[in-house]
Amino acid sequence: MKRVLALAMIAAVVTAACGAAAPTGGASPSAAQVKLTDGKLVIGVINDQSLVYADLSGKNAVEAVKMAVEDFKAKYGENALGGPVEVITADHQNKPDVASSKAQEFYERNNADIILDVPTSSAALAIAKVANDEKKLYINITAATTDLTGASCNKYTFHYAYDTYMLAAGTGKWVTENVGKQWYIIYPNYAFGQDMEKSFRGAVTKFGGTVIQSDGSPFPNTSGDFSQLLVKAGQLKPQILGVMQAGGDLVNVVKQYNQFKLGDQGIKLAVGLLFDTDITAIGQDQMAGIVYTTPWLWSMDDQAKQFADKFLKRTGIRPTFAHAGNYSAAWQYMEAIRRAGTDDADAVVKQLEGYKFNDFFIRNGNIRAEDHWVMHDALLAQVKPASEAKEKFDYSKVLGTIPAETASRPLADAGCKK
Amino acid sequence: MDLGYVSVQLFNGLVNGAFYALLSLGLAIIFGVLRVVNFAHGAVYMLGAFAAYLLLQQFGIGFWPALVLAPIGVALLGIVVERLLLRRLYGLDPLYNFLLTFGLTLFLQDAMRLRFGIQGQPYPTPDELAASVALGPVSYPVYRLFVIAFSLLVCVVTWYVIERTRLGMVVRAATERAELTRALGIDVDRWVTAVFAIGVALAALAGVLAAPMRNVAPLMGSELIILTFAVVVIGGLGSIVGAVTAGFLIGVLASLGAVFNPAFENVIVFALMAVVLLLRPAGLFGSREAA
Repeated sequence: MKRVLALAMIAAVVTAACGAAAPTGGASPSAAQVKLTDGKLVIGVINDQSLVYADLSGKNAVEAVKMAVEDFKAKYGENALGGPVEVITADHQNKPDVASSKAQEFYERNNADIILDVPTSSAALAIAKVANDEKKLYINITAATTDLTGASCNKYTFHYAYDTYMLAAGTGKWVTENVGKQWYIIYPNYAFGQDMEKSFRGAVTKFGGTVIQSDGSPFPNTSGDFSQLLVKAGQLKPQILGVMQAGGDLVNVVKQYNQFKLGDQGIKLAVGLLFDTDITAIGQDQMAGIVYTTPWLWSMDDQAKQFADKFLKRTGIRPTFAHAGNYSAAWQYMEAIRRAGTDDADAVVKQLEGYKFNDFFIRNGNIRAEDHWVMHDALLAQVKPASEAKEKFDYSKVLGTIPAETASRPLADAGCKK
Repeated sequence: MDLGYVSVQLFNGLVNGAFYALLSLGLAIIFGVLRVVNFAHGAVYMLGAFAAYLLLQQFGIGFWPALVLAPIGVALLGIVVERLLLRRLYGLDPLYNFLLTFGLTLFLQDAMRLRFGIQGQPYPTPDELAASVALGPVSYPVYRLFVIAFSLLVCVVTWYVIERTRLGMVVRAATERAELTRALGIDVDRWVTAVFAIGVALAALAGVLAAPMRNVAPLMGSELIILTFAVVVIGGLGSIVGAVTAGFLIGVLASLGAVFNPAFENVIVFALMAVVLLLRPAGLFGSREAA
């Protein structure tokens, strides 16, 4: 009898505590009643946790998603989503087959409701197919290929942060108009690089430039040597050397470009995709002056800095745009669940399509219903010399904003048939 | 085909060949005396590059002293590894050595990744070599010419040590007939540690040379080591002349192949390896026994 009483008391205390912690403000009464289909919400994060992209997203992207879940509960109460929220994670090693089987495992065995992040275009496309087969949600943040919202688009796949079109629309246009019109493009010969080449060729031509030639480099490049292409660049004498390589390949190209002193011969460098982690590896002064396109910079304004400070406290580094994008995507997904009142994939898709929003990451956001590309503003940024840096990760300054309309591939060109 | 462009590409090939030669030379010496295929050779190369980076970052010690200090530091580590670990496995199946050095590779790579992240650290070209000179139609980095000259010098010195000194005599004898050498009263084991240290020092030296032109990252050696093994197989396992010759040969052939199509660079090495294995299973310079 005593035991029953004690239990009852504990139960009472717990209920009271939960009640006290429940909705504090901002939550509309209707949204408070979320009914989860299987009693809990499972968010899967699949990315590269050991190889080239492990620093720019990796484990810290998982941390970002966990932060989003914690902050969401802090804002709307412990029971904000009508049940516990679990974040699970896997390493896809940048291999499409591993990515595909992990995604299947997550959706089927772990009852994952959504998969986030997924760098490496080929792996990203593999998961898009699984998401469509399983009829579960998938928001890609860190892959660049436009095929996610083009040839491979489907009802359950969303592309959140950036794509090759955005990079080309920003960097390709600015460099062609301001630095030089004749381009020689080199790219890593796989899904990402080929898509980059296509997008940049399109942008350069559109804004009055010409691509004299473009060459693919083997991927992975086992010798780490790019001298053959750099010597060729010295012979072709373009005004711009457009480098589409990413990660370690990019570092090798830039180091060797500097040694060959191509800059002194009037061959300027344009970099397709640049993460803060690349600047760390090459050296800030080696990169100073480079203009590039990015969806987000941690130092862009106070709202972004606020997140960056919190992230720094938790992980010891400033967030890349991939980290911030994962937080933002997880947050918007949970918001959509509250609007839908359920985590049922079809209902959430309906809430996401056509949704217009702003947060610390996405500015002037609009989730295009037709192809699921998340339209938003991008930034034109420039790497500044180390002497102008205020702290360790203060690498770049904002030159200007590329409006969402300009940064997004026109629907007519997407060729998406969901 | 533009002849000037092809000749510049020849120099690029020699630069790549210099790295293959230094790495496979170390591998060949170690295999010759210890009969150990040192799978950790790529990780040692990476350690050499990181040693140079740390010397600069922590103590402000530049490229030139690092060229000496980094290989010595890594060689000391090599001595510890040989004494503590490798030594225990000499009597066993070579597979155990392979597993041990492979394990060491994983350990070293992950340890560096834990400390420095995956993406790499910056390392500047030394000021004295930062210029570039006109080489036919293009201006060519002086640093690359230095890499060719310096590694050739190292290879010649190594050749001299092996052909003209007592250490070299033991190495040659032990490489050819280890048992017979022992029977003649020479304490081969005493020289084993020294040989291992020299072998890994050569790899570390290659790492220091790579730092100004390659990404200094934990996995920088893991891809190169595969090519290096191919070079050693082509040259003949355990053959010192073979390792150096094949190193430069492959560097040049791969670079010239890349003139026609960039993808050839990787393909040529393995195509050549397949042909050599078919026609001369012991490698270009290898003895039948080592095969």
